[in-house]
Amino acid sequence: MRTISFAKAINEALHQIIATDKQAFLIGQGITSPWYVGTTTVGLIGRFGPKRVIDTPTSENCITGVALGAALAGMHPIICFPRMDFMYLAMDQLANHMANWCYMFGGQLNVPMVVWAIINRGGEQAAQHSQALQAVFSHIPGVKVVMPSTPYDAKGLLIASVQDGNPVVYIDDRWLYEKEGHVPEEHYSVPIGKGVVRREGKDITVVATSYLVHEALKAADNLSNVGIDVEIVDLLSVKPLDEKLLFKSVEKTNRLVVVDGGWIHFGLAAEIAARVSETCLFKLLKAPVMRVALPNAPAPASSALEKVYYPNAGSIVSAVKKSLEKRN
Amino acid sequence: MNKKEQKPLSLDLPRELLRKMYTTMVTIRIFEERVASLIAPKKEITTPCHLYIGQESVATGVCMALKKEDYVYSTHRSHGHYIAKGGDLKRLMAELYCKKTGCSRGKGGSMHIAAPEIGLPGSSAIVGGTIPISVGTALAFSIQSRDNVSVAFFGDGAAHEGVFYESLNFASLKKLPVVFVCENNLYCTHLPITSCLADPEIYKKAQIFHMPGVRIDGNDVVKVYKTTRKAVEDARRGKGPTLIECLTYRWLGHVGPSDDLDKGLRSKEELDCWVKKCPIRRMKKTLLKHGIITENEIDKIETKIRAEVEEAVAFARSSPYPDESDLLYGIFS
Ligand SMILES: Cc1ncc(C[n+]2csc(CCOP(=O)(O)OP(=O)(O)O)c2C)c(N)n1
Ligand SMILES: [Mg+2]
Repeated sequence: MRTISFAKAINEALHQIIATDKQAFLIGQGITSPWYVGTTTVGLIGRFGPKRVIDTPTSENCITGVALGAALAGMHPIICFPRMDFMYLAMDQLANHMANWCYMFGGQLNVPMVVWAIINRGGEQAAQHSQALQAVFSHIPGVKVVMPSTPYDAKGLLIASVQDGNPVVYIDDRWLYEKEGHVPEEHYSVPIGKGVVRREGKDITVVATSYLVHEALKAADNLSNVGIDVEIVDLLSVKPLDEKLLFKSVEKTNRLVVVDGGWIHFGLAAEIAARVSETCLFKLLKAPVMRVALPNAPAPASSALEKVYYPNAGSIVSAVKKSLEKRN
Repeated sequence: MNKKEQKPLSLDLPRELLRKMYTTMVTIRIFEERVASLIAPKKEITTPCHLYIGQESVATGVCMALKKEDYVYSTHRSHGHYIAKGGDLKRLMAELYCKKTGCSRGKGGSMHIAAPEIGLPGSSAIVGGTIPISVGTALAFSIQSRDNVSVAFFGDGAAHEGVFYESLNFASLKKLPVVFVCENNLYCTHLPITSCLADPEIYKKAQIFHMPGVRIDGNDVVKVYKTTRKAVEDARRGKGPTLIECLTYRWLGHVGPSDDLDKGLRSKEELDCWVKKCPIRRMKKTLLKHGIITENEIDKIETKIRAEVEEAVAFARSSPYPDESDLLYGIFS
């Protein structure tokens, strides 16, 4: 079994996508830079040239519209945002245009476009260079949102996003880029809308995405030492959400902790909690649903505050313990 | 262009002002060099710093033409603007250490510094982000009939953003007291300007919006000062905005203390050529030649600044980090 890094898995996916799909191209600010997007775009410009790998001016709204227009002409653009924070500058094209285009015209026109959104935070970068906006984009109808957590899914979901034929926001986290894992060499896809159980357990369900899946796994190891058996559901797709998998797990454990790297209020964790409460599952819950996510504050610069700002295995352990103390 | 740049600085300005310009530029240089050494090899400063070395004449020339009550808005490359506007070195250094005593109380880091007491309401790390905000401040000044101007500092990269053009239009339409200062250092992160702008002459965009636009040698501090002074006078007299494009160069890489030459993004010859055009050395030569300053005084100035910068480092080092309880403090007023 071949093992490569998360960043390399993205790189390999991009190479294979552009090589096999004549309509695919990569566009975005920084994709030919030696540092901007880590090593994810290494070798692309040399191999495919500036017509298929287009580094751009700092013109986010324009370039997003440009990608949309290319998609409407039958191409499969992947637009890269080296930081999700900069997507706010493109909100008009993303939300008013890209997301609505299909529906506004009665479903006649599809928008086969991937928005590759990188979360890049920590390191005292502060409020404008740290944001994880999965909830913002998931809120918008007409957009799918995926968040891979392993190199295998990083590659498979990127390929699936391009093949999907609809606007997909593909969110990865730079904190995952060094993670190693098994990745097949061939071109393959991972289905959008399907999660996986990363660890089976009977006492409590922890739902997580992206880098927090790894924190949840650490937490589970830690908790197993004190006899708590945690089941971890990795959503992989935030939208559509794999309700079936989620419900099945909660039905089994009757307890739920939802972990998200975005802000706690009005976010992904709230949505998942609501989905469970809306169904008759809520009667099975032995404790209130707990959320582990970012506090309700912009990202602070100081590392002293970053330490308490970002959720980690420790915060998951505490939430699980609290949930197990509580009874409905 | 080259010839023009080597032109001696014209000196029909008060001696004290010329000396202050020199001192300010040297302060920025020494401060930034010290910051560079604290990032690597020291690793004491870890917030990403976009250093201003090579561009000192722009912030200095512009800010010397302003009053304390005039506002300036800054960018990710913020330290020079803060120092030139008269910000306290200790609080800046403390912010780079992300300490509680920093000018943004450790919440902002290098890219987000503010010093409202000296007319710096903030700096944004979003390219072009502060351009419309400075226009808004100018709008307020005009509604309030205040005799102040607002200055937007931004890089050539901001001229890629639509909001730059919208801001020029609105400011010109409403004849607002704002000065747009574009620091064209020929690069936007890894890309040279010719890979980004169909027409790299940014000052020309002013014409489209019926406002004055000039391109000047940004490494000539006196020229920057005089051009800004004229723009500021016009703004105060209700004649509306000016766009000043200052040609300059950052000696270091986009971010951090290395010159980035190993990355192959620019040539050593190009860098050397700009180092030869060092705005500080040039000013120094002229001041010496005209007897406005002596070698001895220069040494004294440098020694004094070095001591101040060391004091700032000591202050930053000994300051406390923000407390955990500060995390949720300051989201609202
Ligand atoms: C909206 C937005 N897009 C992209 C970036 C990433 N970025 C940070 S600095 C920078 C370069 C800006 O270049 P310029 O305006 O010329 O300023 P310089 O760094 O040369 O001083 C870019 C693109 C950003 N901060 N904001
Ligand atoms: Mg620049």
